[in-house]
Amino acid sequence: MLEIRDLHATITTADGQTREILRGIDLSVPDGEIHAVMGPNGAGKSTLAHVLSGRDGYEVTAGSAMLDEQDLLAMAPEERAAAGVFLAFQYPVELPGVGNAHFLRTALNAQRRARGEAELDAVQFLKLARAEIKRLAMRDDMLKRQVNVGFSGGEKKRNEVLQMGLLRPRVAVLDETDSGLDIDALRIVAEGVNALRAPRFSALVITHYQRLLDYIVPDRVHVLAAGRIVRSGGPELARLLEAEGYAAIEQAA
Amino acid sequence: MATRAETSLLGHFTAAADAARRDAAARFARHGLPTVRDEAWKYTSLRALAEVDFTPAEAGTAPMPDLPVLRDLPDMPRLVFINGFYRADLSAPPAWAKPSTAPDLTQVAGEPFAALNTMFTQDGARLAVPAGMDAGTLLLLTLTIGDGAGGKAGAIVLASPRHRITLGAGAALSVLEITAGSGSYLHNAVLEVALGAGATLRHRRLQDEAERAFAVATLYADLAERATYDALIFTVGAALSRTEAHVALTGAGATLSLDAAQALAGRQHGDITTMLSHDAPQCRSRQTIRNVLDGAARGVFQGRIDVARAAQKTDGYQMNHALLLSPLAEIDSKPELRINADDVKCSHGATVGELDADQIFYLRSRGITEAEARSMLIHGFLAEPLGVIEDGPMRDVFDRALLRSLRTGAA
Ligand SMILES: Nc1ncnc2c1ncn2[C@@H]1O[C@H](COP(=O)(O)OP(=O)(O)O)[C@@H](O)[C@H]1O
Ligand SMILES: [Mg+2]
Repeated sequence: MLEIRDLHATITTADGQTREILRGIDLSVPDGEIHAVMGPNGAGKSTLAHVLSGRDGYEVTAGSAMLDEQDLLAMAPEERAAAGVFLAFQYPVELPGVGNAHFLRTALNAQRRARGEAELDAVQFLKLARAEIKRLAMRDDMLKRQVNVGFSGGEKKRNEVLQMGLLRPRVAVLDETDSGLDIDALRIVAEGVNALRAPRFSALVITHYQRLLDYIVPDRVHVLAAGRIVRSGGPELARLLEAEGYAAIEQAA
Repeated sequence: MATRAETSLLGHFTAAADAARRDAAARFARHGLPTVRDEAWKYTSLRALAEVDFTPAEAGTAPMPDLPVLRDLPDMPRLVFINGFYRADLSAPPAWAKPSTAPDLTQVAGEPFAALNTMFTQDGARLAVPAGMDAGTLLLLTLTIGDGAGGKAGAIVLASPRHRITLGAGAALSVLEITAGSGSYLHNAVLEVALGAGATLRHRRLQDEAERAFAVATLYADLAERATYDALIFTVGAALSRTEAHVALTGAGATLSLDAAQALAGRQHGDITTMLSHDAPQCRSRQTIRNVLDGAARGVFQGRIDVARAAQKTDGYQMNHALLLSPLAEIDSKPELRINADDVKCSHGATVGELDADQIFYLRSRGITEAEARSMLIHGFLAEPLGVIEDGPMRDVFDRALLRSLRTGAA
C-alpha cells in the first residue's frame, strides 16, 4: 500500500524565494486500487508525482511517503523504481541518440538486477516488447526510434504506457497521460492501465478531465487544490467536478 | 633560442641525407616547433614537449604489445607498423598492397610536424589500389612502444611513419586505422591520400594512444572529380594530440565527409584542425565534430574552409558540438570561412552544453543508476558518428575504446 502522510514540499524559485507547493497531503492507495487525483492547473499534482519519484529541486519539509514498509523519500530515484514506483511523465523527455529498445531493455534489466532477478537477453526482451507494442496498437518501428525524438504528443504518452507495461510497477503514477490524446488513443491507454489491474498493482491517475475516468474507473477520486487534498469520494465525484467546476468544490471544502 | 627538444631532434639528423630531408631539416631549424604565437597553434601549447629529449625510433622485433584495443580485432587483411617500421611477421597484407618500400618524399609540405616527419621517416604503408578495383577493408595498425620512464630521465621515442593511400579511378577501399601504444613517445605520422576520379575511400581512424603519449597526425588528401572521401576520426587517447587534415577538393563534384569525435578526460588535450580547399565547382564538404570533455580536458576545433573563385556551387557545412561533463573542461572553437566565389552555400556553427538534468532524471526514474544514465546520454551524444561505422566487429572496437575512455574519465 502507498501511504502519504502530511506531506509538505517546497521549491526555491529563480529569485531565491521559497514557496510551499505541497501543504500537507494525506493519501492512501491500497493494493489493487486505482485512485484519481484531479485538480486545477497549478494545484501541485505534478509536484506530488515528482516528489514521489524523487526528482531534484523539491525539498520535503515534513511528512512521509511509504510503499509497504519502505520509506520512499529516503531512496534514490532508481531505488524507488526498483521498488516498484513508476511515473508516467506529463512531459516525457526526449533522449537524442538513445535507441528506444536499448533504453527499455536497460531499464528493465537494471530493475531486475536491483531485485536480484535474472536479466533478459535481447531475444527474450524483444518478444516481450513486441507483445506489449501490439497490445498498445503502436507502430512496429517504435523500438528502433530514438527515445521520444520526433514522437507526436500521443506517441510520447503511449511510449510511457509501453514502459509501464514492460516494467510492471507496484504503484504507477500517471501524470496527465490523457492530455493530447484523441479518443482512440485514450481508449488504448486506458486499456493498457486496466490490463495491469491486479491485487499487487495500484495507480494514482492524475487528470484534469473526467473523460479518462470513463475508461479507467477509479476506486476513489481525490481533489487536490493549493497543495492539499480538499475532498475525496467515489467515481461520482469526478462527474460532479465536471458539472460544477473546481471552484465550487474548493469553496465547499 | 632552440628548446631542448629542438636541439635533440636536430642533433639526431644525419646531414648526409637526401635533398628532401635536408630541406625539411633546414625548415625545422628555422622555425622550430610551433608555439601558441603561431596562429595555427594558438590553442595548443607544446610547452610540455619543449624540454624533452627525443630519440628517433629504430626498427625492432618487439612482439605485438598487449593493448586493450588490440583484443578481439576483426579478422581481416592487416598491416602492422611498430615504432614506424613495417612488421611483415605480424601483418597479413592483401595481394594488391605493397606495404614496405622507402617512403616517397616528393610531396613535402611545409607544416612543422610534416617537416619533422620528412627528416626521420623510414617506412610506412604504400597502398595503391588499381583503377576500378574494390579492394575491400584493410586494417592499418600503427603502434608505438615508448620508453617506460620518459620525461627528463631519458630520451623519449619519436616514431615517424609516413603512409600513402592512392586510389585509381573508380577504385574503392575501406581503411580501419588504429593508432595505439605504451609508455611515453611522440607518434608523428603523416598520411597522404590521393583519390582518382570517382574513387571512394572510407577511412575510420581510432586514436587510442598511451596515456602519456604525444600524437600528431598530419593528413593530406587530394580528391579528383567525383571522388568521395568519407572519414571519421575518433580520438580517445594521448596526453596531447593534434589531428591536422588538409583536404583539397580539386576535381568537380568531389564529396568530403570529415567527421570527428573526441572523448577526453583528466588533463588530456585534443586538437582537431581541418583546412579544406574547395578548388573546383560543385564540391560538397560535411564536417561534424563532437567533443565529450571530462575532468580538466581541453578540446580544440579549428576549421578553415577556403573556397576558390572557380569553386562555384560549393556546398560546405561545418559544425562543432561540445558536451562538457565538468566545470574545468574547456572547448575552443575557431571556424574560418574564406570565400572567393559568389554562388556558394557555406555554413558553420558550434554548440556547447552539459548533460541535461531532466534527461538524467528520466532515466533514473526508470531504474537506471545515475552513472549508467550519464553514460547512456554520452553515448547518445556520440551516436551519430558511431552510427557511421556499420554494426559489426569494427563498431565494437570503437565502442569498447569509447567505454574505456569514459570509465577512466569518471574519476
Ligand atoms: N521548478 C519550479 N519552479 C517554480 N515554480 C514551480 C516549479 N515547479 C512547480 N512550480 C509551481 O508550483 C505550482 C504547482 O505546480 P504543478 O505541480 O506543476 O501543478 P499541476 O501539475 O497541478 O498543474 C505551480 O504554481 C507552479 O508554477
Ligand atoms: Mg501538472
